Amino acid sequence: MKIVVAGYGPAAHRFADTLTGRGFAGTLTVIGEEPRHAYDRVALTSHLSGPPGTVDLTYPEITGIGAIRLGDRVTAIDRAGRAVTTAAGHREPYDVLVLATGSAPFVPPVPGAGRAFVYRTIDDLDAIRAASAGATSGVVIGGGLLGLEAADALRGLGLATHVVEMAGWLMPRQVDEGGGAVLRGHIERLGLTVHTGVGLDRIEDDRVVLADGTEIPADVVVFSAGVRPRDELARECGLAVGPRGGVVVDEGMRTSDPAIYAIGECALAGGAVYGLVAPCFTMAEVAARRVLGEDVAFTGADTSTKLKLLGVDVASFGRLSGALDVTYMDPVGGVYKKLFVSDDARTLLGGICVGDATPYTMLRPLVGRELTASPSDLLFAGAGAAMTGADFPDDAQVCSCNNVTRGEIGKAVSDLGVTDVAGVKKCTRAGTSCGSCVPTLAAILAAEGVTLSKALCEHFDHSRPELFDIVRVRGITTFSQLIAEHGRGRGCDICKPVIASILASLGGGHVLEGEQAALQDTNDHFLANIQKNGTYSVVPRIPGGEITPEKLIVIGEVARDFGLYTKITGGQRIDLFGARVEQLPKIWRRLVDAGFESGHAYGKALRTVKSCVGSTWCRYGVQDSVGMAIALELRYRGLRSPHKIKSAVSGCARECAEARSKDFGIIATDNGWNLYVGGNGGFKPRHADLLASDLSDEALVRTIDRFLMFYIRTADRLQRTAAWVEGIGLDYLREVIIDDSLGICADLDEAMARHVEGYFDEWRATIDDPDKMRRFVSFVNAPDVPDPSIVFETERDQIKPVLVEVSRS
Amino acid sequence: MTLAPHAPAPPAAARTWTRVCAYADLLPERGAAALVLGRQIALFRTFDGEVFAVGNRDPFSGAYVMSRGIVGSRGAEPVVAAPMHKQVFSLVTGVCLDDPMAALPVYPVRVAGGVVEIDIATAGEVSAA
Ligand code: SRM
Ligand SMILES: Cc1cc2nc3c(=O)[nH]c(=O)nc-3n(C[C@H](O)[C@H](O)[C@H](O)COP(=O)(O)OP(=O)(O)OC[C@H]3O[C@@H](n4cnc5c(N)ncnc54)[C@H](O)[C@@H]3O)c2cc1C
Ligand code: SF4
Ligand code: FES
Repeated sequence: MKIVVAGYGPAAHRFADTLTGRGFAGTLTVIGEEPRHAYDRVALTSHLSGPPGTVDLTYPEITGIGAIRLGDRVTAIDRAGRAVTTAAGHREPYDVLVLATGSAPFVPPVPGAGRAFVYRTIDDLDAIRAASAGATSGVVIGGGLLGLEAADALRGLGLATHVVEMAGWLMPRQVDEGGGAVLRGHIERLGLTVHTGVGLDRIEDDRVVLADGTEIPADVVVFSAGVRPRDELARECGLAVGPRGGVVVDEGMRTSDPAIYAIGECALAGGAVYGLVAPCFTMAEVAARRVLGEDVAFTGADTSTKLKLLGVDVASFGRLSGALDVTYMDPVGGVYKKLFVSDDARTLLGGICVGDATPYTMLRPLVGRELTASPSDLLFAGAGAAMTGADFPDDAQVCSCNNVTRGEIGKAVSDLGVTDVAGVKKCTRAGTSCGSCVPTLAAILAAEGVTLSKALCEHFDHSRPELFDIVRVRGITTFSQLIAEHGRGRGCDICKPVIASILASLGGGHVLEGEQAALQDTNDHFLANIQKNGTYSVVPRIPGGEITPEKLIVIGEVARDFGLYTKITGGQRIDLFGARVEQLPKIWRRLVDAGFESGHAYGKALRTVKSCVGSTWCRYGVQDSVGMAIALELRYRGLRSPHKIKSAVSGCARECAEARSKDFGIIATDNGWNLYVGGNGGFKPRHADLLASDLSDEALVRTIDRFLMFYIRTADRLQRTAAWVEGIGLDYLREVIIDDSLGICADLDEAMARHVEGYFDEWRATIDDPDKMRRFVSFVNAPDVPDPSIVFETERDQIKPVLVEVSRS
Repeated sequence: MTLAPHAPAPPAAARTWTRVCAYADLLPERGAAALVLGRQIALFRTFDGEVFAVGNRDPFSGAYVMSRGIVGSRGAEPVVAAPMHKQVFSLVTGVCLDDPMAALPVYPVRVAGGVVEIDIATAGEVSAA
């Protein structure tokens, strides 16, 4: 049998690959118009990301293929004679002809269109790159998926770029108007100028003129106004084509001529032309296997799209319409989510997410099925709020890249004894491609094992990470709103501090601001640690344990003047004990004036970054561990988290700072820094695991930023990093924060940047604010009377508390 | 700790009210300590504006810190959690819900003309219930 393939894009490549991989014995001739082997068009934009020639998108070569003719085009099909002719003058006879000619960008017939570019092939991009050299302005016509990608590419080439979209909002095919508005905010923040609801009138030599008269300077103009199936060969030889284009095929990808197949973007299958590569691949596989005599069919495809567009999460899945919909919109945070459900509110039809695609992974497999929770709960599925993973029916596809179902993952656990995500990946290939299903895999694993109640307390059915997502996504700023909408009752000593910490992590300002003050445990409420007799301790921050003699003297003087007990802590700083509430502001006034800040010994927050003396003094040191420890402590000071965070930096492998017992520990190497995470002293000691080696200063900080932010977002209440790292696994952690498998790194980076920018000293802000000072009184009706129950005796020349049993009358 | 939290209260007319502080001095869902006739009282203003008065001494730690606990609810009951080791007490009856052998004295309290007043005379012996 002799097979001829017209076109050599992704579909043609997959067709040839399937054929040869299944032992096809005939001859195969592929004729491709482009002057190169088939390549990954989906990743086309990365061709511009490096200098010319540095990015190779070419697919692996197919062995055993008859002939590939590059740079030649099929110009006619002789159906009666079963042969095609090409531009170079070849005549190629066939038994089976496969049309895999793809699509061509649509170029609107406007004056001046001749000087515009399109965005489809490597040659197109090379031409755009050449034209952009020395140019300053660019316009992309079309604000869809590809248009925005093209616009970002122009921006990357240094052009001030405008996007023009005729529809009322960006990406009209994927998102609805509300989503489009949120998306626009993201796009504008990237520095692109957006015009919507207006068409193009004409293109002039140095500008583009819109239908409403707006003139935009444009050295480079790119059309991205949709694609048209390349069905011209089929039309000319009388094959059936759709009214709006596309070669009509049946379930077996056969055209109206049984000897001719059509696959990929040129095909009209089941009334639809698919513009995504996954269905094109499926069509190619179906056609190849039909040719080989197998009975397989193409019955439609998942058109979910999830992309990391210009650093913006956009995802849509299923149907984008329905009788009922549930929408959450947070224009400030740039988040928009909408779910479509059937009119009885029982079946999930589809959804749209902009700015936060977390629900996408969990919900995509549930399209067309009965809902397992209320739509609003589903929207916040995050790490698995509404579905534990056990709720997925066995035939639900969990990993769409590799077509792995819930049932197969369950089997990997029960039959093969898989215990972690890495094992699931190994056994099923799920999660090994785009990675977006990895959180679901984790949830399914959890569902297969012991299922613990995730409810925080009687007031909330959600776990801490879920509440974090709800607060973040909905932009909730008060406990009252959260408990009214997502909980019950008036809270308790468990949920209130958790919510206070979440609000603080998300940049909620001072922990004693407004209603937040009422949520704090006594330590945070008085910004000090309570002691057994009701007095408090005072711990000024001493970053890295480095302190000047002057500051040491101030601490000594303050302790002496207020009669406090002093002790060097295990965290390389000094603790002053025995202060009464009404003394705290006076003590802190002195400390703040001398340049001290809160040490957050009372908070679930960064405690200390200990250091060894390092290369400055130590004869073995290879890096400046003190400098790094100080920089890190200053960077992360005040960062509220699920539990306290401790760190240390050692100047060489002798490890005098005990970095490996810390939540994040850093050990200097000859080439930079090794970063260890998940260490713990305390109740259950654990040595930290090596996360990354030989990092530069910059890479170190970036990795820690992400580690901490990801921990803050996803850990349980009072879960130290040790337990958290053990729970999610080091491999997964690496994927998320180093390989960016979830596409959230930019978000994590930004959250940390916000923290660093927003930091202020809590104690200074408190003593400067009369309203916050109101709480620092012994008695509301006798503010100057010291608590008579507080009594001390002396031990080793310092005070020591005595608990007096005061009898009640 | 021997208390009769459910003993009947004397008729309101028999009470002697002592002014403690302005209602506005109390923050919603937070406590304040007061020194009334030599006794330490913990006053609480709940979310819906009600005021409760209990003893300030934490029976478990012996420290006078109850006013610094977190205010909330358990079921329908308004409660405060001891700041030291988090045992939860009813603000209505004073009884420790985690260990009913322990209880705080409960004082009759009212707000009159924007002023919080408590009946200290019956302190520690009779609950407000
Ligand atoms: C002051 C200090 C002991 C000392 O005199 O050296 C101390 C004192 C307290 N520690 Fe600690 N820890 C101190 C270093 C440590 C260390 C050593 C270190 O940080 O290098 C550890 C083990 C390392 C670790 O955390 O992994 C340590 C493990 C704990 C734990 C157990 C944590 C765990 O994961 O199991 C607790 C309990 C908790 O946090 O739930 C705890 C809790 C406490 C509390 C907050 C207990 C409490 O609720 O009252 C103590 C009050 C401090 C205060 O009033 O100021 N402290 N504590 C140290 C203060 C360090 C600092 O400057 O911030
Ligand atoms: C910038 C960009 C980003 C994209 N991003 C995504 C994405 O994120 N996700 C996704 O799913 N999809 C994406 N796509 C779409 C995806 O690339 C296409 O769905 C896929 O390439 C279709 O494959 P195909 O083989 O059917 O057609 P094509 O890729 O168009 O290949 C057809 C080939 O046939 C050649 N040809 C045409 N006519 C003839 C002829 N007469 N003789 C010989 N050769 C001929 C063409 O020159 C071309 O090389 C993107 C596309 C672009 C351009
Ligand atoms: S860890 Fe190395 S550099 Fe630091 S003090 Fe110890 S021996 Fe010196
Ligand atoms: S969906 Fe599983 S790897 Fe992409």
